[in-house]
Amino acid sequence: MFADYSTSELMSIFAMQGFAGLILFSVFVLMALGLAIIFGQMGVINMAHGEFMILGAYITYLTSNVFADYMPALFGSYFFVAMILAFIAAGALGMLVEWAMIRHLYHRPLDTLLATWGLSLILQQLYRTIFGAREVGVSLPDWLMGSIQLTDIVEVPINGIFVMTLAIGISVGIAALMYKSRWGIQVRSVVQNRPMAGAVGINTAKVDRLTFGLGCGIAGVAGSAFTMIGSTGPTSGQLYIVDTFLVVVFGGATSLLGTIASAFTISQAQSTMEFFLSGSMAKVLTLLFVVFILMLRPQGLFSLKMRK
Amino acid sequence: MATMKHASQSGLGGKLPGLMKTLAGAVAGATMALSAVVSAAPATSEVNTTGLAVTDDTVTVGILHSVTGTMAISETGSVQAEKLAIEQINAMGGVLGRKIEYIQEDGASDWPTFAEKSRKLLVNDKVASVFGCWTSASRKAVLPVFEQYNGMLYYPTFYEGLEQSPNVIYTGQEATQQILAGIDWVVKEKGAKTFYLLGSDYIWPRTSNKIARKHIDKLGLKVVGEEYYPLGHTQFNSVINKIKLKKPDVIFASVVGGSNVAFYKQLKAAGIDMTDEKPLVLTISVTEDEILGIGGENIEGAYASMKYFQSLPNDNNAAFVKAFKERWGDDIVIGDVTQAAYLGPWLWKAAVEKAGSFDVDKVRAASPGIELTTAPEGYVKIHPNHHLWSKTRIGNAKTDGQYEIVYETDELIEPDPFPEGYQ
Amino acid sequence: MSYEGLRSLLPKSDLLGFAVLALLLVVVLPLSLDIFRLNLIGKYLTYAFVALGLVLCWGYGGILSLGQGVFFGLGGYAMAMFLKLEASSPENTAIQSTPGIPDFMDWNQLTELPWFWEPFHSLGFTILAIVLVPSIFAYIIGVAMFKRRVGGVYFAIITQAVAAILTILIIGQQGYTGGVNGITDLRTLKGWDIRTDEAKYVFYFLCVFMLFVCLLIAQFVRKSKLGRLLVAMREMEDRVRFSGYDVSNFKIFVFCLGSAFAAIGGAMFTLQVGFMSPTFVGIVPSIEMVIFCAVGGRLSILGAVYGTLVVNWAKTTFSESFPELWLFAMGALFIAVVMAFPNGLAGLYNKYAAPHIEKLLGKVTGKSNNAKATVGTQGVAHERQ
Repeated sequence: MFADYSTSELMSIFAMQGFAGLILFSVFVLMALGLAIIFGQMGVINMAHGEFMILGAYITYLTSNVFADYMPALFGSYFFVAMILAFIAAGALGMLVEWAMIRHLYHRPLDTLLATWGLSLILQQLYRTIFGAREVGVSLPDWLMGSIQLTDIVEVPINGIFVMTLAIGISVGIAALMYKSRWGIQVRSVVQNRPMAGAVGINTAKVDRLTFGLGCGIAGVAGSAFTMIGSTGPTSGQLYIVDTFLVVVFGGATSLLGTIASAFTISQAQSTMEFFLSGSMAKVLTLLFVVFILMLRPQGLFSLKMRK
Repeated sequence: MATMKHASQSGLGGKLPGLMKTLAGAVAGATMALSAVVSAAPATSEVNTTGLAVTDDTVTVGILHSVTGTMAISETGSVQAEKLAIEQINAMGGVLGRKIEYIQEDGASDWPTFAEKSRKLLVNDKVASVFGCWTSASRKAVLPVFEQYNGMLYYPTFYEGLEQSPNVIYTGQEATQQILAGIDWVVKEKGAKTFYLLGSDYIWPRTSNKIARKHIDKLGLKVVGEEYYPLGHTQFNSVINKIKLKKPDVIFASVVGGSNVAFYKQLKAAGIDMTDEKPLVLTISVTEDEILGIGGENIEGAYASMKYFQSLPNDNNAAFVKAFKERWGDDIVIGDVTQAAYLGPWLWKAAVEKAGSFDVDKVRAASPGIELTTAPEGYVKIHPNHHLWSKTRIGNAKTDGQYEIVYETDELIEPDPFPEGYQ
Repeated sequence: MSYEGLRSLLPKSDLLGFAVLALLLVVVLPLSLDIFRLNLIGKYLTYAFVALGLVLCWGYGGILSLGQGVFFGLGGYAMAMFLKLEASSPENTAIQSTPGIPDFMDWNQLTELPWFWEPFHSLGFTILAIVLVPSIFAYIIGVAMFKRRVGGVYFAIITQAVAAILTILIIGQQGYTGGVNGITDLRTLKGWDIRTDEAKYVFYFLCVFMLFVCLLIAQFVRKSKLGRLLVAMREMEDRVRFSGYDVSNFKIFVFCLGSAFAAIGGAMFTLQVGFMSPTFVGIVPSIEMVIFCAVGGRLSILGAVYGTLVVNWAKTTFSESFPELWLFAMGALFIAVVMAFPNGLAGLYNKYAAPHIEKLLGKVTGKSNNAKATVGTQGVAHERQ
């Protein structure tokens, strides 16, 4: 396969392929972080995660239209506004859902799965009713399109860099929030021992609601970012759900570091295999690899104590 | 009686605005010519000997598409086109003096549901014909039902061929019609030597690429890569890198659905400017409908090979586009399949009138040779193998989401669902 | 089985339920519906096999599988392979470049039948394969997971991944599987046309018969020591383990049983609908089947049947009249069944209808019946991870 190419060409291709893997890694991190918080910290299986992402994408679509119509001069910067709005909208919807639904189901994790699946159906139909069954095209500011030419062959997509920066930024932000802030201490103590946390005066209900809202908000930001690389339609969210859950479970659910490590492993495995094999087989092998490792090591890559 | 009716039709045609009038006039004329053959007002017992849902004033047909589920995105346009055609036919007095009424069923993007609903339409509702289905899988699911209960299906999508049922009229192109002309064109006009075949992983792209590969081999040219991704896949950076490594002259793409959006956005982001045509992108799966989701700026410069584009410059099409927008809204776009779906009711009407009967057997017997001079794509004719003779056009995608037509085959291309030497 | 054995398997309250269901499926529906609607009911009933398996796995054993479509599909594909081979006799496929193999293989340039298709010429092998292949597959998954004490949510997500893998494989290997179109155009079974109305009646009653066989097996499991152990495991797995039982073996058994039920349902589906496609293997149908079970009541084996019928009936009627509203209704149903009545139809029945009926029965037979089903009424005990 490589016989016809010079060493420098090969080096460039491998550099680019490595970069493709990193983009995939960032995409996985963005998809999975919100879910890791909700699933890992709260034990809630949010099957509507993809729909929260698509909410973010639709908010981005609306924002771009508003900017294009009323503030064309500022169109270049609409994406930042859109991401903030996406975070607020998805987060607010998340808190509403937590209040109306999830908080009654904390003792029944498998039931949260069913209820949120129902929620995802409702949201899909809602999007279809409001935005139509067709996919919408989100126009991007010019500076996000195109690529940076490093050498003759090596080109780096700008939106890839953007997604990567965003993934790193959000990861660092979450880590700081969880491990440095007062609120993070509260979250972790509620996770570890709810009655005790309540007893020392932590408002556990409020912590739950904010945690769930935060997870959904991050999903919204992820969805907003994915308008650059993927499609925005009523059922687009479903495309992400299996991958997302596998990343989180593979990483060991309760550990944010685990989620990141797992996203890295899976993305590298997939992008390497995609390069040498056909796309479909690469996907199958990646999934098999993950399932196989999970069978050997059911607690995932990183985990707190498994036995309860 | 019949003449009076037709006179009033012409009057109605006269009220229709502008270009619509041309279309209406032409068809009303055709109806009049035919009514001379049919002579007297046909009694229901004469035109319907098989117990179809035909009364003295109405005839019932079925529309069977997905309104819900993942395929709703694609099938919406077809439903709109079929309804428009039915309304226009009714405005001209209907078929054999009967208004068309339709029963719409939802296939819900689920193949057994399609089979179930088609059985309902044929057995319970006794519809005279059905306009519907979109994916090959849904057609394969309903096919035994149509053959068992002897129904008639007008199927609008361009598809892989390898099928020829007496109970289906295929109003879209089969694969060789769409592909061969496209490849010949890039080879001749653009001097393409090497090809990279990329598709979603299911039967249509695989069959299409098989045909493309054989044709490329025959021309003595080279396929440097062939690759499939699962339906709904959203990460194409690896394959884009491979394409950069192989440096093909042409990327021959049959990616569908949400994957399409991801593929073109990532292609653009990876620095492949399609307007440079290095490599040139030739797609057989992106109609104007899909560009709505992809965004015109992301696919500018790509070429598409199919039989219809909204920008097609002729009077039939101008009238069609205008009527479509008046009925369904100004911001709507019309793609290849939508136009093919629009042909369905018209072809059925013509066949019924030629047969002088709604009976499915008679309509089938009358179908080969039916011509439509009023088709938005120009002139079409039903081949004895139930596919349509049609021209193939090459369009170049523009930022506004429309294609600019750069080439059109001189002759109508004969449909060949079982191409010798391509299997 | 002795009379006493029968009495203990089907105490009076359960016997009544079985009898009512039998009356409904064998007498009332066939007499009141035309063959088109009856065939639909038959199709719904095939999902009830899956829901029944889920009652045992999930309701009793606490193992939620989101990949039951895999087993439904395996059973359905086995049946479809047999029928397809029969439909692809050299005479029927004379126009192909290789006559005698299924049409989709011919399109994919296969020139001979793949080895794993060969045994499906035999009906006996096919029937064995329908039950055994999914069971063995379930056994492998079960051993790998339960022996390592993977359960709850993890199990659910891994089964989901398995469903995703199998779907991609079936679609990708279209030369061997028929790809996304599935295996279609099935005509005869041992020379007997399966598309006629007569055949549809026969398959309907065959389906009902098989469903009752499975229901009785499920009832047997429920009433046996195994059933009580499953409930005990669900409630407090460690205690069962400490009492000296090998918990994983029971889980593996019930998972295999549920899978075999699903596979039989799949085979019945192929017979009645006339094709099989990868859409039944995927994640979405697998989750929908869980909702059939949940609506019926996850602890009630009869509820599984009623739940399946009610949801599917609603789906058909709703989507006929208000296609747009259907997803709203379905979503609301999911949420309502979880939040408002976690025991589903069976729970509602036990709470509101059962006392009256038993009073009535008591009057008729002159004695009161205290032996109410214990598990069915105690409400969903919360699941442990």
